[in-house]
Amino acid sequence: MSKTITLTIDDRKVTAPEGEKLLWVALENDIYIPNLCAIKEEGRPSASCRLCFVHVEGLPAPVTSCTQAVREGMVVKTRTPQVDRLVRTAFELLLSDHRLKCSTCPQNRSCELQKIARARGLKLKLKRFKSLGKEYPLYESPGLFTFDRSRCVLCGRCVWVDHEVAKVGAIGFARRGLKRMVTTFGNIDLDASSCTECGLCVKACPVGALNFTGEQSSEKDG
Amino acid sequence: MSAIVIEGYYAGLKSKADHKLLPLKEKPVIWVGTATCGKAAGAIEVREAFKKEIKSRGLDAEVMEVGCMGHCYAEPLTVISKPGFPPLCYGHVDEGLVKRLVEDFLVNDDPCYEYAMVALEPNDIFPTLTDFPRGAYEEKIILEDCGFIDPEDIDHYIAREGYAALAKVLTMKPEEVLEEIKASNLRGRGGAGFPAGIKWEACRKSPGSEKYVIVNADEGDPGAFMDRSILESNPHLVIEGLIISAYTIGSSRGYFYVRSEYPQAIRRLETALEQAREKGLLGNSIMGSDFNFDIEIFRGSGAFVCGEGTALINSMEGKMGIPEHRPPRLAESGFRGKPTLLNNVKTFAYVPAIIRKGADWFKSTGTSKSPGTAVFSLVGKVGNSGLVEVPMGTTLRQLVYDVGEGIPGEKKFKAVQIGGPSGGCLPESALDVPIDFDSLHEAGAIMGSGGLVILDEDDCMVAIARYFLEFTQKESCGKCTFCRLGTKHMLDILTRITKGQEEDLASLDILRELAEDIEAGSLCNLGKTAPNPVLTTIRYFLDEYKEHIVNKRCPALMCTDLIAFYIAPEKCSKLCNACVGSCPTEAVYTREDGLKAINQDKCVKCNNCLKACPTEYSAVIKLSPPELVVEKEREQK
Repeated sequence: MSKTITLTIDDRKVTAPEGEKLLWVALENDIYIPNLCAIKEEGRPSASCRLCFVHVEGLPAPVTSCTQAVREGMVVKTRTPQVDRLVRTAFELLLSDHRLKCSTCPQNRSCELQKIARARGLKLKLKRFKSLGKEYPLYESPGLFTFDRSRCVLCGRCVWVDHEVAKVGAIGFARRGLKRMVTTFGNIDLDASSCTECGLCVKACPVGALNFTGEQSSEKDG
Repeated sequence: MSAIVIEGYYAGLKSKADHKLLPLKEKPVIWVGTATCGKAAGAIEVREAFKKEIKSRGLDAEVMEVGCMGHCYAEPLTVISKPGFPPLCYGHVDEGLVKRLVEDFLVNDDPCYEYAMVALEPNDIFPTLTDFPRGAYEEKIILEDCGFIDPEDIDHYIAREGYAALAKVLTMKPEEVLEEIKASNLRGRGGAGFPAGIKWEACRKSPGSEKYVIVNADEGDPGAFMDRSILESNPHLVIEGLIISAYTIGSSRGYFYVRSEYPQAIRRLETALEQAREKGLLGNSIMGSDFNFDIEIFRGSGAFVCGEGTALINSMEGKMGIPEHRPPRLAESGFRGKPTLLNNVKTFAYVPAIIRKGADWFKSTGTSKSPGTAVFSLVGKVGNSGLVEVPMGTTLRQLVYDVGEGIPGEKKFKAVQIGGPSGGCLPESALDVPIDFDSLHEAGAIMGSGGLVILDEDDCMVAIARYFLEFTQKESCGKCTFCRLGTKHMLDILTRITKGQEEDLASLDILRELAEDIEAGSLCNLGKTAPNPVLTTIRYFLDEYKEHIVNKRCPALMCTDLIAFYIAPEKCSKLCNACVGSCPTEAVYTREDGLKAINQDKCVKCNNCLKACPTEYSAVIKLSPPELVVEKEREQK
């Protein structure tokens, strides 16, 4: 077992195993830090959503808490003007590439984006940036779920559970830049792929991109 | 291992090579530069023409292929060395000149001085490189042999003390080699300038017996061709540097990561590796020592982001070429999870000379914090484009005006774009900045890997910033939010500005804020540096941005949406029809009085009429904003 250390997050002393990533230490102590792509079990954090910035005393610029290992005596602030600015920009950027019709979204009120907006006082509305107008057709699986890529934030949680928990390997990331997307090998329909409709990816999705249909529709929690 | 064995081994190689090249000193030798740049200009035809002429006259002369000498503006280049004359360099060689040179020089001893550019050795007859400003400023370490040796014959390299450094290293302890590299303060030439010795040391200290050394030859900046040129002109130099690094950190396997767009570099590397193996310089018990090491080539698929270390490793492992968060650094966990040393082509290329001549010698060139030389590909609006190597600390002014011979056509200098898409645009006021890692960083640009684009008054800085941002936006891997979406929004704002669709000056604030956030928030260095061209142009050319937004005017007359073409009647001639014929859309017409005018509704702003109009008239002009045309026409009436 690694040794236990004490650190300070937002003026609160908390203990944690040394080397644990800061994000999980904060969350376990009920200190919320916005995040979308983080998976605790993942060996090397993807660090792609760029929402979990914090200020660590002694470091010149905000760092992502999902990649920052905790050590003895560390002093952390989850809110500074610099941190808030980065989180706000990252959040607004994600919104500009996300179909923003919360009232018609199955995930309304349990969406992680809404949670971040609430926690940080951010608006679920575009002001600085124009919408990039991402539109994809809705995919409906034979019995269990729908996939609305227009709402996907590319966090990669579905891909991770598909590979590491379900061990199916039906989906992965493809293409580059703005065209990056979650899809099957060869971009074939999910029902033609090796997808077993286990539903784990749907449960992992933090936003309204993957949703259960029918009876299971209440199973997914945000 | 006993030093005697290694020294004896090397002495054998050297004397064999010397002996082989001896006959070349006794007969005329024609060197044709056939790196990609020379080939594109027609070097292959020149080489064949020489062979044909020599054969048909039954002369005893050798035609030899060499790499790039760096004088791109004068390709195809040929050097003729004939006993009794200094070696003479000829530029812009074509088949006609080949005939003349063979007939007059090779047969009749008339070197055709009127066609010669420069002599390569001091003599009493013809000026040498050092008689020109460029030659006076240039100091060559890694380009020294480029263009003067046959890259496909290892003996040429060995005859010029090639692999002497390796022989020396094999008699030293790895720690001693490391100390020498550290003492030299060699900084990574990939762009960031991280001290190579510290990187090497971290790799050496990393636990584990399986380690890798990799040459990063994924050169992808628009307008940059330093690495390609070195690999095509002197591949053994980099190979030797790589072997030395492997010996130092304790690795038995090395790779060249070369982009597939460099087929000739790959071919010449393959030949070089094969020859090095035959000579016992790669493989088991190198030069009779107990050191084993071999090298493979890995072809990248042309993604700019794969020049980033973690993305490069992912790509080599067969995964998507997408960066990862660091740490862990490559020195701890790189290729296949093992400690890995990744340096740029040029960084490795400095190593043999440092070992041969010592760290103090290396530090005697350049500045104290950035010792050695800097290699630039000088392109854009400059008289002498090409590949240059100057000591660190040379100012940008010297580089542009002395080495590059200034801006052609009496145009005014505007800016120099340094460091590629991750670099910045520096204005006239920054011309006296010395070229070194730290000074350039302070000025807002970066050293980068050496791309240097010179811009004149006809270049719009907003359009230039947009051009580079469009490049990085397209090359973004899409993994992290800031780079994937942020660069897209920046590009959209810039596009609106260059099209005159941006009404509000506040968009400049959004642009700047976004740029700063992308810099601070992106996952990898491609994202972190992508806003640099925009940030530096806002910093130095803010007025130009404002003109586009407020007055819908492009001061450089470059943004097509903000200009109109106009024919000044007072300059136009009734006797000339050049513009009418050049217009692809029949927008140019002849007025009743015989002068020409442009129907703006039909004009597609292709620039043809401006080019077609004879210089004695220069009647076609560009106006910005386009509405000025209406005013001009009203004045006429």
